[in-house]
Amino acid sequence: MLSSITQAPVEAHSHNRWEPYVDNGGTSLAIAGADFVIIAADTRQSDGYSINTRYDPKAFELSNKTVIATTGYAADAKRLVEVMEQKAQSYFHKHERVMSTPAMAQLLSNTLYYKRFFPYYVFPILAGLDSQGKGAVFTYDPVGNMERTVYVACGSASALVQPFLDNQVGFANQRAADPNRLLDRETARKIAIDAFTGATERDIYTGDWLEIFTIDQTGVHREKRELKRD
Amino acid sequence: MDPIEFRLPHTIHRPAASAKHGPVTRTTQPIVTGTSVVAFKYKDGIMMAADCLASYGSLARFRNEKRLMAVGETTLLGVSGDMSDFQHLQHTLEGLLTQEYDMDDGQKLGTKSVYKCISNIMYNRRSKTDPLWNSYVIGGIDNGQKFLGFVDLYGTTYQSTTISTGFGGHLAQPILRRRVEGREDEITEEEAVQILEECMRVLFYRDARSLNKLRRAKVTAQGVEVSEPYALETNWDFAESIVGYGS
Repeated sequence: MLSSITQAPVEAHSHNRWEPYVDNGGTSLAIAGADFVIIAADTRQSDGYSINTRYDPKAFELSNKTVIATTGYAADAKRLVEVMEQKAQSYFHKHERVMSTPAMAQLLSNTLYYKRFFPYYVFPILAGLDSQGKGAVFTYDPVGNMERTVYVACGSASALVQPFLDNQVGFANQRAADPNRLLDRETARKIAIDAFTGATERDIYTGDWLEIFTIDQTGVHREKRELKRD
Repeated sequence: MDPIEFRLPHTIHRPAASAKHGPVTRTTQPIVTGTSVVAFKYKDGIMMAADCLASYGSLARFRNEKRLMAVGETTLLGVSGDMSDFQHLQHTLEGLLTQEYDMDDGQKLGTKSVYKCISNIMYNRRSKTDPLWNSYVIGGIDNGQKFLGFVDLYGTTYQSTTISTGFGGHLAQPILRRRVEGREDEITEEEAVQILEECMRVLFYRDARSLNKLRRAKVTAQGVEVSEPYALETNWDFAESIVGYGS
C-alpha cells in the first residue's frame, strides 16, 4: 500500500520563474559644450516605494578624462563599471597612455553587446572630450546600441528631463534660435541643476544628492549638491 | 512494487542533467525563513538586532535560531530569508576564515572585504538564476571607520547609516531615519539600545512572522558582541478596545 505513494514533480511554470532583474531608479544627464562637457546623476537608490539609501553614487571617473553615469539595475551597473575600470586600467598599463573618450565609448558598446543575450540592465551615458578637444556625449541602450549626441537624459525621470533639455539646450522648435548653438559652461551647469530640481519634484525615484562632473582640458571636476529628500 | 518517489515542492528537477552530478536544483522560493534584521550606526560602532524565529510558512517552526553572527574579529553579519541558504553561506565563510588563519600573515579580514566577498557570491548566484534567497546586513569597523552595508538575492548592494530588511524596511526604517540619521556620531550605547528595542517592539506587534525573543549585537573598536536571547516588555491593553475587524 505504502509503496504506491508518489508525489508528482512540480513543473516549473513560466509565471513563477524568478526574474533576475530589478529597477533601482535614478536619473542622469549630460550636456556637451565647445571645450567642456557636463555629466550629472542623482544618488538615490530605490526598490519599489522604499528608499534603500540616499547616497549610492551612479557616476564614476573611468579615467582623468572620461566619466560614466548609469541608471537602471544597480547591481549590474556596479559590475559594468568594475569591468570598464579593469579594462581602462589594463589599456593604460599595456599602452602607457590613458584611453581616449571615443575609444572608451566604443569599448563600452562592445562590453554591453558581449552580454547581448543576458544583458546588463543599465542605461549608461559616457562623457569626455574628443580628439579635437570638443565636448562629447555618448548614449547607449542595455545591449550596446551607441549614439553620439550633444545632450541626453537617462533613467527614471528621462521622460521629464529630455523634453526640458530639448527646449533649453537643443532650442527645438524655436524659429529665432540657432539649434546648433552650444551653451557656455555656467549656463549648462545651471540647466543641469534646474533639470534635477524639477525631476526631484515630480519623480519619486530621483533625489537626495546631485553629483555634477565637469570635464575640460584641465581634467575632471566634481561638485556635490543637495536635492530634496522626500 | 513502485519505488517511493518524494520530491521537495520547491525544487526543480532536470532529468536531462547527468546522473553523475545529480539533478539541477535551485531555490525557487524560500522555505524556512527568518524575518527582519534592524541595524544602524551609533557613537561607538554598529548596533544590530534580529529575533530567534525561523518560520516554516506561517508555522513558527524553530524558535531558537541564531541570525546574527561574527565573521572574523571586527565584522557582524545579520541575515533574513532562507535559513538553509544562510547555512550554506556560513559554510563558505568558515572556509574563507580557515584560509585566512592558515595564511598566518598577521593580516586581518576587514569588514569591507567580507562585504565585497558576500556581494560577489550573491551577484554571481543571481547571474546563474540560482540565487541564495537572503538579505544580508554587514556591519563593522574597517580601518577605524564605521561600516554598514546591505546585500540581497539580486546582488543589489548599498551602504547607509540605517538599514533594515524585510518588514523592518517598512516599519523600523522610518523610526530609524527619524532618530538616527545625522546623529550617528552622538548616539550613546544606552540610547542605541533604546532605539533598537523600540523598533523590535513595533515589529513584534505588527509582523506576524516575528517572535518576542531576540538577540542584540554590537561591533565596536573592542570587537563583536552578540547577546544571549531576551524578551521585550509588551503591553496589549489596547487590544481590549479593538472590536470586529480593526478600525
